[in-house]
Parts: sequence; C-alpha cells; structure tokens
Amino acid sequence: MAQDLKPSISSFSLPKTLKLKTKQQELLIRVATLALIYVLAFITRLFSVLRYESMIHEFDPYFNYRTTLFLTRNGFAEFWNWFDSESWYPLGRIIGGTLYPGLMLTAAAIHSLLRFLRLFVHIREVCVLTAPFFASNTTLVAYFFAKEVWDSGAGIVAAALIAICPGYISRSVAGSYDNEGVAIFALLLTFYLFVKAVNTGSLAWALGSAFGYFYMVSAWGGYVFIINLVPLYVLVLLVTGRYSLRLYVAYNCMYVLGMLLAMQIRFVGFQHVQSGEHMASMGVFFLLQVFFFLDWVRHLLSDTKLFQSFLKITVTSAVAVGAVALGVGMASGYISPWTGRFYSLLDPTYAKDHIPIIASVSEHQPTAWSSFMFDFHILLFLFPSGLYFCFKRLSDATIFLVMYGLTSMYFAGVMVRLILVATPAVCLISAIAVSATIKNLTRVVRAKSPAVQSGSTKGTSTAKSSSKGVVDNSQPFQRNGAIVLLLGAFYLLSRYAIHCTWVTSEAYSSPSIVLAARGAHGQRVIFDDYREAYFWLRQNTPPDAKVMSWWDYGYQITAMGNRTVIVDNNTWNNTHIATVGRAMSSYEDEAYEIMRSLDVDYVLVVFGGVTGYSSDDINKFLWMVRIGGGVFPVIKEPDYLVNGEYRVDKGAAPKMLNCLMYKLSYYRFGELTTEYGKPPGYDRARGVEIGNKDIKLEYLEEAFTTQNWIVRIYKVKPPKNRW
Amino acid sequence: MKRGTMRSNLFPLLFAFAFLFSPVLSASDLILAKVDRRIDLTSQIVRITTSLKVENTGSDVVSEILLSFPENQAKHLAYLKATLGEGKGKAKTSSGVALPVKAVQPNDVPPALTIYSVSLPNGLGKGHSLTLDVLAVFTHILQPFPEKINQGDIQLLLFQESAQYLSPYAVKAQSLTLKLPDARIESYSKLENAKLQGSELKYGPYENIPPFSYLPIVIHYENNLPFAVAKELVREIEISHWGNVQITEHYEIIHAGAQSKGEFSRLDYQTRPYLRGASAFRRLVAKLPPRAHSVYYRDEIGNISTSSLWGDSRKTELEIEPRYPMFGGWKTTFTIGYGLPLQDFLFGLDGKRFLNISFGAPIYELVIDTIFVKVVLPEGSKDISVSVPFPVKERQETKISHLDIVGRPVVVVEKNNVVPEHNEHFQVYYKFNSLSMLTEPFMLISGFFFLFVACIVYSRADISISKSSASYLAKLQWDEVQATTQLIHGIISRCLTAHDKLETSLHDLSRTGDVQACKATRKSVDSSLKDLSKELKQPLSFLQSCPQAAQILPKVEELVTKERELQEKLVLKHTTVVDGYEKKLGGREIENRIASYQQKITALRREVDDLMDLIDEI
Repeated sequence: MAQDLKPSISSFSLPKTLKLKTKQQELLIRVATLALIYVLAFITRLFSVLRYESMIHEFDPYFNYRTTLFLTRNGFAEFWNWFDSESWYPLGRIIGGTLYPGLMLTAAAIHSLLRFLRLFVHIREVCVLTAPFFASNTTLVAYFFAKEVWDSGAGIVAAALIAICPGYISRSVAGSYDNEGVAIFALLLTFYLFVKAVNTGSLAWALGSAFGYFYMVSAWGGYVFIINLVPLYVLVLLVTGRYSLRLYVAYNCMYVLGMLLAMQIRFVGFQHVQSGEHMASMGVFFLLQVFFFLDWVRHLLSDTKLFQSFLKITVTSAVAVGAVALGVGMASGYISPWTGRFYSLLDPTYAKDHIPIIASVSEHQPTAWSSFMFDFHILLFLFPSGLYFCFKRLSDATIFLVMYGLTSMYFAGVMVRLILVATPAVCLISAIAVSATIKNLTRVVRAKSPAVQSGSTKGTSTAKSSSKGVVDNSQPFQRNGAIVLLLGAFYLLSRYAIHCTWVTSEAYSSPSIVLAARGAHGQRVIFDDYREAYFWLRQNTPPDAKVMSWWDYGYQITAMGNRTVIVDNNTWNNTHIATVGRAMSSYEDEAYEIMRSLDVDYVLVVFGGVTGYSSDDINKFLWMVRIGGGVFPVIKEPDYLVNGEYRVDKGAAPKMLNCLMYKLSYYRFGELTTEYGKPPGYDRARGVEIGNKDIKLEYLEEAFTTQNWIVRIYKVKPPKNRW
Repeated sequence: MKRGTMRSNLFPLLFAFAFLFSPVLSASDLILAKVDRRIDLTSQIVRITTSLKVENTGSDVVSEILLSFPENQAKHLAYLKATLGEGKGKAKTSSGVALPVKAVQPNDVPPALTIYSVSLPNGLGKGHSLTLDVLAVFTHILQPFPEKINQGDIQLLLFQESAQYLSPYAVKAQSLTLKLPDARIESYSKLENAKLQGSELKYGPYENIPPFSYLPIVIHYENNLPFAVAKELVREIEISHWGNVQITEHYEIIHAGAQSKGEFSRLDYQTRPYLRGASAFRRLVAKLPPRAHSVYYRDEIGNISTSSLWGDSRKTELEIEPRYPMFGGWKTTFTIGYGLPLQDFLFGLDGKRFLNISFGAPIYELVIDTIFVKVVLPEGSKDISVSVPFPVKERQETKISHLDIVGRPVVVVEKNNVVPEHNEHFQVYYKFNSLSMLTEPFMLISGFFFLFVACIVYSRADISISKSSASYLAKLQWDEVQATTQLIHGIISRCLTAHDKLETSLHDLSRTGDVQACKATRKSVDSSLKDLSKELKQPLSFLQSCPQAAQILPKVEELVTKERELQEKLVLKHTTVVDGYEKKLGGREIENRIASYQQKITALRREVDDLMDLIDEI
C-alpha cells in the first residue's frame, strides 16, 4: 500500500516541501526554546556556587555526600552492607537498610560515566550539580506531561514555569544534594508515564511508569504520595464511570511491577504489602479485578435484571471480604498501622501532641500564607483558572492533573516542605491557564486582522454599509482588549521571572554552613565558624572520639569532622535523642553521669550570642527539654520557664541558669563585651544580658571555641582519681 | 626540679663521649688553625655556620677534609654545604661553589660520630692552608622544655652543643657565637669564658684543643616563633603545553613546638592574643613566583576564606591563615594551588625540553619531614630524566587526567627532612612532540561530530523493526495524509490570495476607474484559479481513497466547497462591479447591487478562515 502511494506524493513534492518549512520552523523554535529552558533551569540554580563556592549545603546533604563518597570509594556491595559505627554511638546504624539509595547511586553513576568519558571530576562537584541537572530534566518531563494533558504550547509554558519556580528551586539549588532533588523528577516522570499509559492503554508506557516508580521509591520516602494518589485517581475514574480497559492495563501493570520493584529497596521491603500506607493501592487493585470481572459477566449476561442482582451480591461480598481481610490483618499485626509521620500529614495537629521530634523541625511546620506567595507568586492566581480550563476540557489526563493539584495543595498547606510536591502540579495547571488564555487572545488578535482590513477598505470606498458596520464595530474593541490582555499576561509573567530570580538569589542560595552578613561599611563578612569547628575536630581530636551534640549537627560532624556522634539527623531512635536532650537539660553532675555512660569525649554546642545568630542551641533548647521530658519524666518543661515564659536573663528559672546547655553556651561569656554601650555578657541573639555570668565547669573544660563563638566544643574530663 | 630531669637525660651521653675520646685518627697531618662557629637559634631551624682555616702540616697532599657531628646532631642534619672561603691558600676557586660532600665511616672513628668528607678540588699541599665555610642546617634539634604548656605559657627550648669544636683534627683556636632570639634566656651553661651580650652568647676563645674534644653546653631559652612543620607535602607540578604550569601543594602541617594542654579559651586568645596565645601561630606566608595566577587555598571540606594575596614584578606573596590558630601539637591540612606562565619555567635544549623549577615549598621557614614532588608531564612525553642537586629517591607513575587515554607520565621525587635551603632549582628533561597537543581537542571535536552524525542518522533513518506491521504502515499513511492535507491547505490559501487580488483590483477600480486593468487582473486571476482547482484534484482524490483520512475528509471537502462558493460569489461581484463601471452607473447603484453578494462573501470568508485554522492544527 505504501509503495503505490509514493509516486502520487512525489508528483507534487515542491509545494509540499514549502509547506513543511513552517512546520520545521515551529519545531526548531520549540526545540530551541526547550533547550534554552533546560539551560536556564540549570544556571539559575548556580547562584550559590557563584556567591560562595562549590559546596554541599545544609544538614541532610552532608549525610548523602558522605555515603556517596563511601559508595564511590568502596563499591556497591560494601555500601549495601555498610554498618556505620560512626553514628548513633553505641548503637550504630545499618546504612544500607535504612536509606533511600537512589540519590547516591545516581550521583555515583554520573561520576563513573564522566570518568568513562575521561572527565575526571571530583565526586563533590557531581554531588553539587546533581540537583540542578535533575531540575533541568524535570523541565523536559513537565513539557511532555503538559503536552500529553493539553498541548505543546502548554508544555513549553509548563517547562518555563517549573524551571524557575522558587518552590522547586528551594530544594534544588547547586549544593542542595538531597533526595528531593532527584525525587521530584522521578515523581513527575512516574505521573507522566502513568497518564500516558492511561491515555494509550499501552503496556510499554505502564512498564515505564513502573520503572519510574521504582526510581522514585529508591530516591525518596515521598513515593507514598504516588502509591496513594494513583489508586485514588483510579477510584475517581471508576466512580465517574470512566473505567476503561486502558485504565485496567495501566494500573495493573504499574502496580504489580512497581510493587515488586519497590520491594527490592531494603528500606521499603515488605512494608509495601504490609503497612497501612500502602493498603489503598492494594484495595484498588482488587477492586479493579472485581470491576473487570463484572464487566465480563455483564458482557455474558444479556439480562440486565439478573446482572443487577449479581452486581449486588458481588459488590457486597467483595467489600465484606476486603473488610474482613483488612481487619484480620490489622488484628494479627500483619498489616502495620499508619505511622506517626503519615498521621501528621493527614492531621496537622497530630505531631504537635504526639511526636515532638517531628514537630521540632522547622520545615515540618504548617505553611504560612506568605510562603505560598513567596514560592508560587502569580501561579497562586493562575492555579484556579487552570483548574477551570481543566474542568472545561475534562479528560482522563486532566482529571489526574486536577487530583494531583488539589491533593498536593492540601499537603503543601500541612507542611512547609511539601510545597515542593505541589510545585510541579501548580506549574502544570498554571501553564494550562497561561497557554489557553494566550492562545485564545492571539487567535482573536490574528484572526480578525484580515477581516478588519477588508472592512476598512470597504469603508473608504463607500461610506455606507450598515449591516456590515455593526459587525465591524465590535471587532476593533475586541482586538484592542485582547492586545491589552496579552500585554498584561506578559507583564505578569515577566514579574514572575523577576520574582523568581530575586528569591533564588536572596533566599535560597545560602549554604547555611557558611553564614554571610553585611559589615558596618557594607562589605561582605563571612562567618565560617561551622567548618572551623568541624575541621578542628577532624584534625585535633583522637580518631575514635565521640562527640555529643544536638541531633541537628550529627550529619555535619560525621561528614566534615569525621568523628563519631551520639545522635544525628536520622532521628530513628527517639530514646537516644531524648537521652541527649536530658543530658543537655540536667545539672552538670547529672549530665556527667549520662555522658560517661555514653562514652562522650566532646560536647559541641552552637551559640549565637556573640554574632546574633538566632538558630542556635539556646533557642532550640525547649525542644530538647520537651523531647527529653517525653521519655524521661524527670525533665519537666515548667522547670525551665518562668510564668510560661522562656528567658535567659536574671529572671530565668534557676534550673535554666544551671543546666548544662546554659553553662556550655555562656561559659565565660559574662566577661565578654559584645556590643558597644551594653554591659558585658549581653546576648545579641536574644537581646538580653545573661543571668548567670559566673559559670564554673567542674567536669568539662573548654577545648575549642570558634572565632565568632558560634561553635563551642568542650572536652569531658576523665573521672578524678579516688585518692 | 626542672633542671634535675634535664641533666639526667644528658649525662649518659656525656659519659659515652668520655669513653670514646681516645686519641685516634692522629695519622692526619691537618690542623685547624682557626675555627669560627656561629649558631643561629632564632627560628625552629638551627643553622650552624663554621669557618675553618685548615693547614696541612704533613708532607702529603691532602684531598679531603673530614667533618664530624655527634650522633644527636647527625640524625637531625638536613642540609650540609661546604664552600671554599677567602683563604690565603692557592686553592682559591670561585668561593660560592659547593664542594662535593659524602658520608664516610673510617675505621678508626668512634661509631657515635658521623663523619662527612669534603673533597677538595685541587688538594692541599704541604704547608698550605685554606678556608672552608661549612653550613649545616638542623631540624627538630630544639627540644621544647617543658614539653607541655598551657595556653598562656611561653615556649621554652633546650639546645645542646659542644663549646669546643668536635673535630678529628687538632684545633689551634676556636670561638663560638650563639645568636638567640630577642627574648628571655632561662639559663645557659656558665663556663668560665662564657659571655652574654644582648641576644648573643659567646663561648671561647679556646686554644689548642686536641681532636675529639667535647665540652657540652645547654641553653634554655624562650622562642615563640612558629614551629610549623609539614609532616608531608605533596607538590604536584602539572605541565600543560597550552601555556600553563599548574602547581598544587597539599600540606599536612603540625605545630611541632611544646604541646598545648588544658583549656583553650577563645576569650583569652581574643582579648590578649600575644599574652595568652604567644606560642601559637595564626598565619603562614608563602612566596610564590612572580605572575602566579588563579591562586586558591582550600581543604577537604571547602574553601578557606582567610587569605590574602599581593604581588609585584619579583614575587607574589600569599598570606594564608589556617582555619584556627595553631597551638602546640595542633594539626591542620590544606591545599594551595596556583598557575604559572609556562614560558618562565619550560625551556628547550637540543630537541629536548626541560622544566626548571624550584624544589621545596614556598612557605617561609617551614620544615618538611617528607616531600613528594610530582612532575606531571603531558601525555606522550618520552625519554624522561631528572636532575636534582641533592640525593633524592625517584620513581615514575602515571596519572590519568581529563581526556587522557594512556595517562600522563609522572616523575615522583621523594626527599626527607627538607629545609628552605633546599629551594634550589631542579630540572626534568623530556621529549614531547608538539603535534600531540592537538589530540585532545581533536578527540573532543570528533566526539561531538559523531554525536551529531548519530542524531542526524537517527532522525533521518527509518529504524522500525517490522516494515510490514499494520501500525507501521498506518503511521506511514498517516504521515502522507498529513502531508496531503497540508498541501490542500496551501492551495486553498493561494486561492484566497487570488481572491484578495480581485478585491484589490476592485478597490483600484473605484479609485482610478481603469476598467481595462481591472479586466486584465480578472483574466489572470481566473486562469490561476483554474490551475489551482486542477492542482487540488489529485490530493483530494488521494484523501478520498485513503481510509485513514476519513476523519478529516468531511472538513476538507467542506473547505473546498466553501472556497468554490466564495470564488463564485466573488467572480459575480467582480463582474457586477465592472459592468456597473462600464455602464457608468453611480457608486451607490453598484453598492446596492453587490450588497447581497458582499454579505455572503464576508460570511463565507469567515467560515473558510475558521476551517483553514482547524485543518492547520491537524
């Protein structure tokens, strides 16, 4: 058939090539725009490298960096079986079984690929640039996703919006080497492939989405969102009567394969079939089978009445069986109940009452309105209009997008850091709004122009043409209105671009290891105290020294200081953290007993009283008391408060003035004048003169204090001789 | 109490020497007429400058002179250089040239002494004399005492020497001067002719000392100068023939003075740094070659922001501050790197190239326990040889760097106990073909080239596996349907431009009244429209025959009929207007006649435009 068509085509080939030119031009422009967006997404994340240096940021990325380093040095098998004795002393941590290895494996794979291409870059540079690289890839996925859901124009807009959206940049600047960096890419890829699979009913796409899911599971605990959203979506399609064989193929393949693959990750393992969070997907899986079965039976039975009664019986029995299975599973303990983290997602107040350790993390706080505005800017307004367009052209794909957008928006409201998950959805939906609006407007502007011209030529030849005149009168107005609206849209979008760049440069590009401030003459002052202290630990303490600090600094101490820590940011053992909290909030002699029992050699505290650095240990201290008191009732929060007020000056509670944390933070601080015109011992972070200036240490001695006093390290003295 | 412990360390040594000082090696006829020794104790490196006036009293020509060092000094000896000084003797060559020195072990010398022999170029004849200047540099010879001090304490050092020159030859006259830093002297051995003048301590003169005399003296004094010792220094010098010599130096520094103990108080250090941290050092200064560029200073955990750099035409000075003040026993590691212009260091010599660059570290008064100098030559270098002015260990390895295939040859030179006196130039000779410089750019270019070629091939070639599968054929056909639709779209749009031509001709007519021109346009447009409608036939029939076009076909057909209708109406309108003009009818009359057409034309035109948009989107 193809052969006999060819000559007929070739006979009029000349005009064909002419016409294809514009299509090719369109393709060229599209590809070029996408390539620019790809590059833009990468370079806008490099502010931190330019401002500071190529370094790892914050807390968790240091753990990821340390494990990646281990992986590249010792190989995968060693990494997978790594028992880390440098953290959680004396318990240790089984690294291979308690982490999501996706990020490290990705970075190591990129590193070895580069080495294979004979580019010998340091693994640190790879780690630093992993997040921007994956952000660039995300823009491509966003393009294809929006193209699948709407059209290629929306795809381009979506790619451009997500490339610079602050909500995403906050977790993917260069150096932010965290799971989220690759996970958002994996999340969006899985969703895109799944939607594609639902649209086409193709096994290949469903398989792709299963692998995308596998990558997501290997990279981030947020995979639970996928495994709950997808079943929910399937359920909605079933309820709205949009069940199709395409859906059946897509979901079954994705679920079964995805589950099997996900169970290969040791940290997930059998949780995937046993824990409460994953039960929804399994329930929907069985429900789909029932649906398919019913469909088949209906096909066989011609009698509708018979089918109705059959339907009743099947549905009741299926629900009953499901409920009984769930009940038995829960009762026998085979199916574990929902974890606290999961509860705290559904109910924002849960963590505050039950799990102080989750509530104590600033990124787990409920989101303020301002941060929505900060992270989304105009997208916040475009999002509802995008939803309107989605509802206007309802399809399987837009239903998915709407559900993704609404659920993730809810979670973004519950926890600050989940804004990240909502960002792709918000960008996609807003892109649909922008693209559809602009497309309609340009159609108005372009389509009327010839008509207006011909109208005006007529108008010159003859003044009178009444019937036509009525039509013409509304047109110029409409056209001008469209032009004004277009300009408005461009103005909004350019404001968005300016806002995003500003936010990226000002708010999200600081590594938080190195602090920068403006000096009195406007020059840039660098506080590099953290690294000063960690490097001192690394060089000048015995290699087997154990360092006790609040858990925030655990990862950094092991990665940069290369010393054993008691607790770190993994927070898997609440009792252990509570023990440290207890030591910090006890009197020195009691604390000494605890520290002796934990073999502590050094104690590290972070103190901002000299520089006015507010996220120091004194400001975190109440959480230590709370977490310590949660396990050890000896520690009571009211002991540290005066009339419910937390203070460190003369009016502070006596226990507060004499607890270990207070002593270590303010040791010899009473002799120091921090600010001109203020008494010695004036705490700049809290703006008060401290209450206990005469601190004597009996069991500890100052081992090192950094230049700006931000980090203070104390050595635990060996026990005194008995004679 | 302090002194007691000190002496107990020293006495066994003295006894050992007492037994050994038997009159041996009397065979020599040399005597030392005059010995002047100056010992510089101002830094951690001890430099002993000895000026020997040697006389030959025997009959034979003597060609070598022996220098002896006691064991406790010999093991710390880092550098020994003997030059001929201003003497009366005939052997008066250029005084700066170092004479060859080698370690020997004559039979008749006690084993506790280490003997070095200096070979004289011309020998020393009977009755002649010459002056020999010997510079001996020692490291780690100063003992901190007490060994552990608090933050506020000063650092005190012990130095042991012999007041009389220890030599296998008899000495006629000898004097000793010790140069001490401008600080407190805790104690010194008060021999009868010891004299302290300011910061200079003098012993002697002693006269007619027999061979192997040893008169121990001990000086205990304060010295707070930096005791920076590099446990290990790896110096990598990488040559790029594109114009750069990249030097990377990895330091492992320790403060080798008195160990610090007890608390470190930042408050004390901050408020009174010279009183409560006198023994600590906070900065090091490196003197880099002129025109050094791209200097960096970092360690394993990142960039260190406390450094400053300034330079002039003769040197570049880099002041680096470790992350924390260095107290006794504290360690730090860091890396500094800089680039140098190639033409200052690389030269050509009969077909070979050689690198000529200084050996040691650029940091002032730094003692290096072990240095590894690695010279990384460009890939493809051959016939490599090294020439270093002092004995070193040498080996070769390869380093694989960016875009290398076999790796770059690396010459590794290892040396222990290095002092600033070792900062002499050394040479690495090798052969290198300039054309090999182009390999790497060529590799890159070809890599990209093949990438693009692969992309082109991928997008042009039909790589589907089964050429006869239904979906593949359908896809092919769909492509053709699309192409045909595009074609029709093009033809119609050309029809529409022809329509516009008619309209403009009418417009011109209303302006100029030139009926003939209008008719001519009409004729040409008519023919072109006829051609176009002919052209339209083939693609239309293809679309009709094609099953895949079933969805688009109605729209396309509608478009074609609408266009035809539009065309008819336009032609009618045109004829009417032209007729009107020929009959010289009034404008209003014509207007009225064509009004009905005009409305239809506008409506049709809009419909056609909408259809065109629709088809365009397929």
